[in-house]
Amino acid sequence: MLRILHDTRFDFIKWWRWAAGLTAGFMLLGLASFAIRGGVNYSIEFTGGTLMQLQFGKAIDAGDIRSTLDRAGVRGAEIQKFGSDSEFTVRAQNRQDVAQQASGAESVAQRVQDALTKQFGANSYRVVRTEAVGPRVGAELRRNAAIAMLLASLVTLVYLAIRFEWRFGVAAVLSTGHDVLVTLAFIKLLHIEVSLTVVAAILTLLGYSGNDTIIIFDRVRENLKKDRKSPLYDVLNRSINETLPRSVLTHAMTLAATLALLFFAGEVIRPFAIVMAFGIFVATFSSVYVASPLLLWIEHRWPRNVAEGTNKAAVRPSRTELPATERGTRNRQPERAGSR
Amino acid sequence: MSNLKYRVLLIIALLAASAWSLFPRKVIERVKRGDRYVFDTVTRVPLKRGLDLQGGMHLALEIDDSKGTVPDRSEALDRAIKVVRTRIDEFGVAEPVVQKSGDSQIIVELPGIDDPQRAMAVVQKSAFLEFQITDKTQALEKVLPRFDAIVKESGLAGKVPSVLGDTAKADKGLQGLLSSGKDSTRKDSTAKNDSTKKDSLALTAGGAFSKLIQQGQFPGEYFVADRDVTTLQNYLDLPGIQAALPPGKVLRWGSDTVSLGATPYRPIYMVDSRPIITGESLIGAKPNQVPIEGTVVEFTLSNEGGRRFRAETAKHIRDYMAIVLDQRVMGRPPVIQSAIGTRGQITMGQGRSLQDAQDLALVLRAGALPVPLKVAEVRNIGASLGADSIRNGVRALVIAVGLVVLILIVYYRFSGVLAVLALGLYVVYTMAMLAYFNAVLTLPGLAGFVLSVGIAVDANVLIFERIREELERGKTVRTAIDEGFRHAMTAIVDTSVTTILTAAVLYQYGTGPVQGFAVTLIAGITASLFTAIFVVRTFYLLWLSRSRGAQTLSI
Repeated sequence: MLRILHDTRFDFIKWWRWAAGLTAGFMLLGLASFAIRGGVNYSIEFTGGTLMQLQFGKAIDAGDIRSTLDRAGVRGAEIQKFGSDSEFTVRAQNRQDVAQQASGAESVAQRVQDALTKQFGANSYRVVRTEAVGPRVGAELRRNAAIAMLLASLVTLVYLAIRFEWRFGVAAVLSTGHDVLVTLAFIKLLHIEVSLTVVAAILTLLGYSGNDTIIIFDRVRENLKKDRKSPLYDVLNRSINETLPRSVLTHAMTLAATLALLFFAGEVIRPFAIVMAFGIFVATFSSVYVASPLLLWIEHRWPRNVAEGTNKAAVRPSRTELPATERGTRNRQPERAGSR
Repeated sequence: MSNLKYRVLLIIALLAASAWSLFPRKVIERVKRGDRYVFDTVTRVPLKRGLDLQGGMHLALEIDDSKGTVPDRSEALDRAIKVVRTRIDEFGVAEPVVQKSGDSQIIVELPGIDDPQRAMAVVQKSAFLEFQITDKTQALEKVLPRFDAIVKESGLAGKVPSVLGDTAKADKGLQGLLSSGKDSTRKDSTAKNDSTKKDSLALTAGGAFSKLIQQGQFPGEYFVADRDVTTLQNYLDLPGIQAALPPGKVLRWGSDTVSLGATPYRPIYMVDSRPIITGESLIGAKPNQVPIEGTVVEFTLSNEGGRRFRAETAKHIRDYMAIVLDQRVMGRPPVIQSAIGTRGQITMGQGRSLQDAQDLALVLRAGALPVPLKVAEVRNIGASLGADSIRNGVRALVIAVGLVVLILIVYYRFSGVLAVLALGLYVVYTMAMLAYFNAVLTLPGLAGFVLSVGIAVDANVLIFERIREELERGKTVRTAIDEGFRHAMTAIVDTSVTTILTAAVLYQYGTGPVQGFAVTLIAGITASLFTAIFVVRTFYLLWLSRSRGAQTLSI
């Protein structure tokens, strides 16, 4: 029988302060980037604007395309290589271009095409993809995406609250919230374009990260029933260790699938795969280092009825320090604010 | 034992049903023949592919409020949908989608379209056809001094911002008027540049209006130099001018440019505002090419319409009749020689191809749009990009499945093989479900499928790990398997339900491709629940019944 990480007894929770520092630092970095470099890099689906994917017969300099577009009056369009030297995407999403689309979304694309035909000849290139979105549609989509995120979290919370004790539910949802925030920071730091597919990736992550936490908590719930004497701290550690082989294997396989997407599924789906791959790491990390300490902390703040069970929050050295340090990190981690 | 028999039967029955729903059948779709994409019947797996995978156009149209308010939007939109649908059907697209979205949008999906500009023009054209008699009472000449005065007045009072505002508005109106082709849009922008320079001059000079226009070749026809078109339109948009128009008359621009000497002119016509007949009486229209006029659209009127047309034209012998499409006079108005019956023709003008005539005939047959529509959103994916996406997506899927299979077999040996078999069933079941519910497979959907393979085996891993633990505690193989499934169940159900809930939210609030993703995810999780819990369990039971008293389990 091939075994990995069998019968381990790591004290995972011991490292929670390091972990908290790490993710808080990462989120701060994301926040700083947000403050310095300004807003999120929304795709045209959200801002309105025009995206065109062009395929030229031969390699072409991006500068030539830019000057052609400038002459056509489509200024400030972002031109990017897409895979090869002869393929480009053109994004016109500044306010002026978007405003023009209020009277009809197709106008900018038409102008770009006319200019390119004049410059390079009609048969030298092909428009393989056009997306043009009016400003009103974009605003609506942005609202819908936000509603979807909130609703998905809410629905998960309600389900977990029904299936588990509320403490577990809150810890699971907060840790999921943490994952989303860290992933957003990642998206911001890498300047990944937030498109509908990326939003879909974030939402999938919401489900996936919830899964991971549920599996550990499910084990915690079981161990708590079996063993009413050990402190929660030990039960948590034991549960994490017991589910460790599963976590490692599952993540290895999901990651393998995601990497296959990243490297083989082509350029269009790549942002989705990058976000997903990062999200899987974060989900693994958070179910151990965020969800579990959170559960411990909630247990400490609102101890369970003595008659109900004897698993006291912590009979460990860290007991006295826990609330103090918690207070220190609370302000830096927005998702904790909700638990007060 | 009989329990086991039913389990196996259920799995086989589902497999048969899946095979049936996935069985290749004849579908009409766009395929590559040589270098061109054409519609053809092909035999293939009946999985519906989204626009991003097969190429095509997605349009969201909404009511254009800039051209007047619409009293009953919802009802108008319903009628517009009917017209758009008729036009699309005539345009010849396999499996088009025309549907209402919310109460202000029409979604049009045209798979496999390779000329998006043309399709857009066909969908969007209002196609309101009127036959109007040109004025022969010198009505415009009579009001010209009044017009000049109004223009002068507004020019004197002319604050710069209001003039600018007017320019912007006129520009929009013009875009509609001049959208006859790519050239005219370009001309329009140059004309605009010129006229903005001239604006200040014209406004201060006397007779600003009348000096821009000159008499045409017959009563009611006037010419405006191309460079003055925007300026004149600005004047015409002045409320004062609108009010001062002779009663019962309207001004309509011509569709084509006329060259007099070296200067290009655009004709403008004063016509009776009451049409003698409209496109509603039209029952047929077809394109044709005739020697003198060039490309024309020949039309047929209904009997009742024909009668009215004959009576009206009989009253107007020797008059000129403007054929006005979407408030633009098509070609030069012909003179009425004698009463015309049920047949007539519209001259398309210079440089128009037979295809333009075909499209005009098409929209005339389908009828006029009850409201002007504008494009709120357009997505157009080339067929080649779609084919690339499919190839890449399938490659990623194969590699992902290969990696997962490798890990499972290396790590779990015999049990891993069982899991792989179950995974095979999982792929078939999921695809069958998508085909059965007619769900649309999109590129994100394909990604969701690849991802769900990873998530699907999670259930297997949970169960196997649990069985290992139970075996370690010294339980017999049979008990360990039972316990393993029982204990892993709660976690599997909880994780599946939360993921399905998230996917459902995604479906509700997503659009197009993202909805495809959500559907695939839901189908995948449902299938994985069944295969991981039921199918693998059955495999174990089969194995146990074959090798009675097995002491060890390869896991």
